Amino acid sequence: MFEGVPLHWFLITGTIMFFVGIYGFLVRKNLITILMSIELILNSVNINFVAFNKILYSDRLEGMFFTIFIIAVAAAEASVAIAIILNIYRRLVNIDVEKMNEMKY
Amino acid sequence: MTANQLMFAVFAAIIIIFSILTVTSRRILRAATFLLFVLVATGGMYFLLRFNFLAAIQLTLYAGGIVVLIIFSILLTSHIAEKLEAPSWKKIIPALLASGFGAVITIATILQYNFPAEVVATSERTDIRVIAKSLISTEKFGYALPFEVISILLLAAMVGAIILAKKRKD
Repeated sequence: MFEGVPLHWFLITGTIMFFVGIYGFLVRKNLITILMSIELILNSVNINFVAFNKILYSDRLEGMFFTIFIIAVAAAEASVAIAIILNIYRRLVNIDVEKMNEMKY
Repeated sequence: MTANQLMFAVFAAIIIIFSILTVTSRRILRAATFLLFVLVATGGMYFLLRFNFLAAIQLTLYAGGIVVLIIFSILLTSHIAEKLEAPSWKKIIPALLASGFGAVITIATILQYNFPAEVVATSERTDIRVIAKSLISTEKFGYALPFEVISILLLAAMVGAIILAKKRKD
């Protein structure tokens, strides 16, 4: 309970966001939209970490540091992924995952 | 309903609605804008939990950095007016089943689990000096090693991104 807001509410919001991200990851075909789904998944995990930290262990800061490191890893991952996407676009002139069959057979 | 509950409801509604729009919108630039709303609402949730430093990081790094990077790459790789083709039902139905079952099972588990209810969180803000000291401390609850590792990771990612995106001279 945090000033009237129970822990469950945060966890349920994070869960819904996570599975919406999973749905986008499975359905989308464009590489950039898949990257956006991954950002959604990472963000939902951050909400859970922060809520657990504040509500169950409010005298410590472990959840906050995990969140900071997850944000740093997400930034590194996004920059490298976008560099790879631009490279693929330059070679194949599209970024559709189903049309990338250069290495098939 | 207290003010905190009201603010939580507003942020949660923004997060859920706009994350669904992010994965279903067929215009890719709009999807990126909806993702920006989701990230800003997440920052608002951190403010609600009194993690001010974390909320500032969220706004500058995610909303200011990653979304701008994504929008730039969208502008470099596709037309603004272009509409993505709608996914086929053959893909939508398994994805909906997988995510729906996962969400139902996880929410049911959360609702059944007995979290210690008597813990009442303090609403103090975290002093930024405490954060800085534990980031460079090598004692218990110190984070000097992950801090150094993450700095090497960021350096490697930067070098890798530059080399990958560089034009080759053939």
